[in-house]
Amino acid sequence: MPESKPVLMQGNEACAVGAIHAGVRFYAGYPITPSTEVAEQMAVRLPDVGGVFIQMEDEIAGMAAVIGASIGGMRAITATSGPGFSLKQENFGYAIMAEIPCVVVNVQRMGPSTGVPTAPAQGDMMQARWGTHGDHPVIAFSPASVYETYYLTIAAVNLSQKLRQPVLIMLDEVIGHMREKVTIPETGKLMVEKSSSNVPSDWKPYDEKGLTPLVPFGFGHYYHVTGLFHDQYGFPTGDPPQVERALDRIHNKLKKYRDEIMFTNYIGHKEPRVAIVAYGCTVRSARAVVKKAYWQNRLPVGLLSLQTVWPFPDKEIEALAEQVDVIIVPEMNMGQIVGEVERYARGKAEVVPLNRYDGEMINPDQISEEVGRWLS
Amino acid sequence: MAVIEQLTQDFLRTKKLPHIWCPGCGNGIVTAALVRAIERADFDQKDVVIVSGIGCSSRAAGYLNFNTLHTTHGRALAFATGLKMARPELKLFVIMGDGDCSAIGGNHFIHSARRNIDLNAVIVNNHIYGMTGGQHSPLTPAGKKATTAPRGTLEREFDLLKLARGAGATFGARGIAAQPRQLEQLITRGAKHKGFSVIEALSPCPIAYGRRNKLGGAVEMLRDMKDSSISVEKASSMEAAELEDKTITGVLFSEEAPEFSEEYHKSITKENA
Ligand SMILES: Cc1ncc(C[n+]2csc(CCOP(=O)(O)OP(=O)(O)O)c2C)c(N)n1
Ligand code: SF4
Ligand SMILES: [Mg+2]
Repeated sequence: MPESKPVLMQGNEACAVGAIHAGVRFYAGYPITPSTEVAEQMAVRLPDVGGVFIQMEDEIAGMAAVIGASIGGMRAITATSGPGFSLKQENFGYAIMAEIPCVVVNVQRMGPSTGVPTAPAQGDMMQARWGTHGDHPVIAFSPASVYETYYLTIAAVNLSQKLRQPVLIMLDEVIGHMREKVTIPETGKLMVEKSSSNVPSDWKPYDEKGLTPLVPFGFGHYYHVTGLFHDQYGFPTGDPPQVERALDRIHNKLKKYRDEIMFTNYIGHKEPRVAIVAYGCTVRSARAVVKKAYWQNRLPVGLLSLQTVWPFPDKEIEALAEQVDVIIVPEMNMGQIVGEVERYARGKAEVVPLNRYDGEMINPDQISEEVGRWLS
Repeated sequence: MAVIEQLTQDFLRTKKLPHIWCPGCGNGIVTAALVRAIERADFDQKDVVIVSGIGCSSRAAGYLNFNTLHTTHGRALAFATGLKMARPELKLFVIMGDGDCSAIGGNHFIHSARRNIDLNAVIVNNHIYGMTGGQHSPLTPAGKKATTAPRGTLEREFDLLKLARGAGATFGARGIAAQPRQLEQLITRGAKHKGFSVIEALSPCPIAYGRRNKLGGAVEMLRDMKDSSISVEKASSMEAAELEDKTITGVLFSEEAPEFSEEYHKSITKENA
């Protein structure tokens, strides 16, 4: 892939650029700190590529408009933060149920409520999983750098399109506002996976036989889209076997494509005794710890970073727990993902939370102190 | 007439019938008027999209043979705005209940009007929350009873068309289920109008509204609806006092103004050039 020179870019900007390179041509949203730059970048850039930018009357409308545009065949994205993320939940669930592709960015800020609008936190991780009602599947990515933000946004758009499933990007305020070097491939064209435009005559929007690409409205395939449980043509049903099948359907596609959804990365000792599991900006501090402990001092320490947080990397954690004495989980909240780690460690390793919730980042010293305790 | 009746079949998902509505409900009459209006407007079937919210009336979308989008409560116009901006060539009809449009969806309603985006909003006003069994809506007339206003509501109702006009809508009409041919013509005119069109269709809900307010059955409700309505042309020569309890029907306003989706796409083509 031909690469251009590295450019200095803010995380929120990388998200906007990544989206456009992945073929996104529609943005609808409502301004909120610390996500506003995503909207502002889109407002500047989308008209240049013939795309649509619209500032809606609230976040609920932003989410709705994105779904509407996607049904019209435009790749679409919206971005928000805490309070706005709460407002988007109902229609986010609609997109899951109706299987309409879209990407939702939540640049996390400190909550609850209005909280500290400018302070970083990772307090929305469980809301990402369970924020909308009902038993639903969720895909959520958590980038640890500006570079990862660019690439995960592209992955999110493509995956969302392929699986007909909304994808969340859970950015940290720190990453959203940080400036870093990113090497952006020329034009970005290579990264768009086009869904097939030849539609078989027996195409069904929710085919029982499996996933079919969405045929946008306006091309003579008359079907129904609803948030009600529906049959393979989209029409409402309350018939118990059909309801069960429909719920299985939206969950099973994530299981089937697990390999394409799951991004994790391990660095450090081959036979670690102490492991750190981190996501988002906390990965950066953890990486500094591993650098010093393993690369410099050859201590049995490693880091499993989760770019995919939902669906939870259960097998990866299980395998790690088999190897280590302890898993340390630093999070900028009162302990959210640590519960999942504990669940899949299945008692094979000690799981230790390491939390900070004063609006500041977890620094490497805090983590290495905990690591040191377990090594001695 | 025969031609219209026949083509109407293509626009109905006859396999999905019978519908879920109660006997005597006005939703079927309004839906039929909408179908005939789409036929009269002479749009290509594949360009027509029906968007609806949540409520008894919004279930109409499922019975119509187009691309149909049954959204969330109150949000139909916001979904429709995204779709229209992405695909300006499509002809969108947005069916909403009175509660759907003016309570939970009030914000989207005024902003759609302000943008003057080319959507055709058809509001089925039965003065009540039908689907949830008869709670009061912002269009329940003051004094009328509802399950959540057992002594009669103290709240004043919106005049939906004044609200729409004040917010910037460029077409506003009111029809009644008791006069389906007029309603059909009004929807047709709204459909042909470029800009945000609001068509308020008064519709009887004998079950959740009529019964509690002792308004009789569907027949009585339709008769009263007809008796108390007066065309905007006739009303123009009458005194305000004479019109107090009257429902004014017809096209109440129709103006030209720049349409949002067209203006947007023109503006970006200019930038690109
Ligand atoms: C967010 C949300 N709140 C409440 C409801 C419950 N609900 C369903 S329909 C409805 C009111 C419907 O009244 P209206 O819009 O007038 O439509 P009608 O049934 O009278 O045609 C309500 C409150 C819902 N579905 N979603
Ligand atoms: S409750 Fe009222 S609006 Fe709903 S179907 Fe019955 S009559 Fe119609
Ligand atoms: Mg109603």
